[in-house]
Amino acid sequence: MISEQFETVIIETDLLIVGGGMAACGAAFEAAHWAKQHKLKVCLVDKAAMERSGAVAMGLSAINLYLGLKEGKNTISDYINYVKTDLMGIARDDLVANIARHVDSTVHLFEKWGLPIWKDEEGKYVNEGRWQIMIHGESYKSIVSEAAKNALKELGEDGQYFERVFITEPIMNGDRCVGAAGFSVRENKFYIFKAKSVLDVMGGAVHVFRPRSVGEGLGRSWYPPFNSGAGSYFTLKAGAEMTCQEVRFVPVRFKDSYGPVGAWFLLFKAKATNAKGEDYMETRAAELEKWAPYGTAKPTPANLRNYLMMLEVEAGNGPIYMRTDEAIRELVANIPDEKQAKRKLKELESEAWEDFLDMTVSQALNWAAHNIMPEETPSEIAACEPYFISSHSGASGAWISGPADLSPEGYHWGYTNMTTIKGLFAAGDASGASSHKFSSGSFTEGRIAAKSALAFCADNPGTVSFTEDQIEALKTRILQPLQTFEEHKNYANDEDVNPNFIKPKMFMFRLQKIMDEYAGGASVGFKTSEKLMEKGLEFLQYMHEDSDKLAAKDLNELMRCWENIHRLWQADAHIRTMLFREETRWPGYYFRTDFPEMKGDWKCFANCRWNPETTEWEMTKREIKELTNK
Amino acid sequence: MPSFVITEKCDGCKAQDRTACQYICPNDLMVLDKEKNKAFNRAVEMCWECYSCVKICPTQAIEIRGYADFMPLGAVVQPMRSTDAIMWAVKFRNKSVKRFKFPIRTTPEGSIVPDAGFNTGTTDLRSPLLRTEPDSLGTDLFTGL
Repeated sequence: MISEQFETVIIETDLLIVGGGMAACGAAFEAAHWAKQHKLKVCLVDKAAMERSGAVAMGLSAINLYLGLKEGKNTISDYINYVKTDLMGIARDDLVANIARHVDSTVHLFEKWGLPIWKDEEGKYVNEGRWQIMIHGESYKSIVSEAAKNALKELGEDGQYFERVFITEPIMNGDRCVGAAGFSVRENKFYIFKAKSVLDVMGGAVHVFRPRSVGEGLGRSWYPPFNSGAGSYFTLKAGAEMTCQEVRFVPVRFKDSYGPVGAWFLLFKAKATNAKGEDYMETRAAELEKWAPYGTAKPTPANLRNYLMMLEVEAGNGPIYMRTDEAIRELVANIPDEKQAKRKLKELESEAWEDFLDMTVSQALNWAAHNIMPEETPSEIAACEPYFISSHSGASGAWISGPADLSPEGYHWGYTNMTTIKGLFAAGDASGASSHKFSSGSFTEGRIAAKSALAFCADNPGTVSFTEDQIEALKTRILQPLQTFEEHKNYANDEDVNPNFIKPKMFMFRLQKIMDEYAGGASVGFKTSEKLMEKGLEFLQYMHEDSDKLAAKDLNELMRCWENIHRLWQADAHIRTMLFREETRWPGYYFRTDFPEMKGDWKCFANCRWNPETTEWEMTKREIKELTNK
Repeated sequence: MPSFVITEKCDGCKAQDRTACQYICPNDLMVLDKEKNKAFNRAVEMCWECYSCVKICPTQAIEIRGYADFMPLGAVVQPMRSTDAIMWAVKFRNKSVKRFKFPIRTTPEGSIVPDAGFNTGTTDLRSPLLRTEPDSLGTDLFTGL
């Protein structure tokens, strides 16, 4: 048996942080302080190396959430209104407010730790847009992870972190989450983490839908390909209630390399036009009234900006261009002195290239490969394939408790950021209905959740336990793909094509094809309907059955097997929730052709839960409640 | 093929205790071919072109060849990262070159003190105040609510 070749390593801790990205680093930073005071242990597990793991691995050119509260630049209510409008009325005020009231503290820490933030002549942060500030962020993640690691060091032996350990399953004891199971992707070790509370801060999901590029370019997703739905899977499998599983995110970015557009739209004030040079935000303004009050609010919600562009593409008015050339021309036009104008041009050029080099180097490479000088030539933009990312303009994640002092009735159940499962907490991309957290907000939410999860540990000091049988069953199931490969590999003279199993890569391609064609992917113009989704669900059922026959030749493939099981569950929750919500509310994310309009009685959350006892899915509507300040 | 290793320049990190690219790749793609003692990218179609391997390679043996799906040949974007700045050389298909230098960090590597000189205003585990607050906020927790 393969499982006999794997050592079982059991780690006992109080707080287990699962993930290594921004939210996980925030959690480690915060937890270390309170754990030291209360003599508690903290352990973090990352599937990669924290220095460059998660969505900020490459770097960023802006921090998209900073309120400037101490200077009175904005209020928290302003921010709630912005987020809620962008999400067409669907957001948890209490969660958004809780992140917003702490996030400036996080940004001030980042600056002290060494993150270079752009400053104006008065020494104030340079805003890209109302909520965004510019940074030289190539080393953003290296800096933040160093702070997290140094914080864990403050705990001595009681602060640990594991890298290259991939967590696949929650461990339950009755109605409580008491740990997590996974394996090393580098050596034959099976890991069991026992914990009093578990904080899920794993990533959203990419490669659930078929990407637009399917050769080498498959990996050039906007959000990273290594975020494979672990965050949602973990809470789903524990039996937690999930929210906004229908609220995918479809970013519009520079075509193919998916370079950021924020700096161009906000900082350089560039316009997007159709091939004829028409600004479709103006020519199609009447369409926005159909989606009032959100469509008529300013700024126009991201999904509606997408939608107007999609209408242009459908009408055959592409390519769609970001008019970088015009924007740069405008910015230097009013400078009378020729030398000064030249200097300004040089400065703008450097800023434009840095925007890509800091966070999407591939886009700079794409410009260089096509001999594009942005000041001379406009560049194409396009809608990417759909992603699951609640930290940006999507919203899918666990339904969590809000803070006692802000949450209305029904939104608070004991511990801030706890899911509906005792002892299981979520933050970052793993918690839902609190969009627009971005990097700084995710770090902040990790802090909030970690402190709260430690309070849970302090209140529940008894040791947690689970049986040997439970461990053995998990080990057998998790390592099964290796066993399947070993048993059947000699049947066929091809390690990938064998009637006894399926390899993770082809499994992923099948999932992507189903999602793209039946659940409103890019190739069908993001449109779907009840009939299409029912067919899609039928095909997903075959995938669930075939997931038992996934095969892995090594540890890397074993990780790929589990990543794709995670994707499958995210896909399932997504289709079921789109099917449940009988309206179209985010037409630029997905469009239900059988319910093409937004409806008043669907101004609510559409929640779902996979019931571990019955293995049935349960769908529920939850009310949208305004913030109360107690 | 996204990231690739220049055979002649890669020494398999023989002087290090671990292969740098293998340590850093966020998608677990870089591996060492033990027979040849050279690293390689085992699944180029899963590469995000994040440049983590390129930046960390001690012998500058890794480069990126843009995704063949949509990029014409001939361009190279290569970084040189030091402890406080990064320099980029952007070589165009038409052979023109642009160079940029940007700061990446204002403090020495390894020097971070988590609290960064801020005080925490409470010892209460149940208080909504977080580590270093309200000092690091610069204002009251309820400003702007």
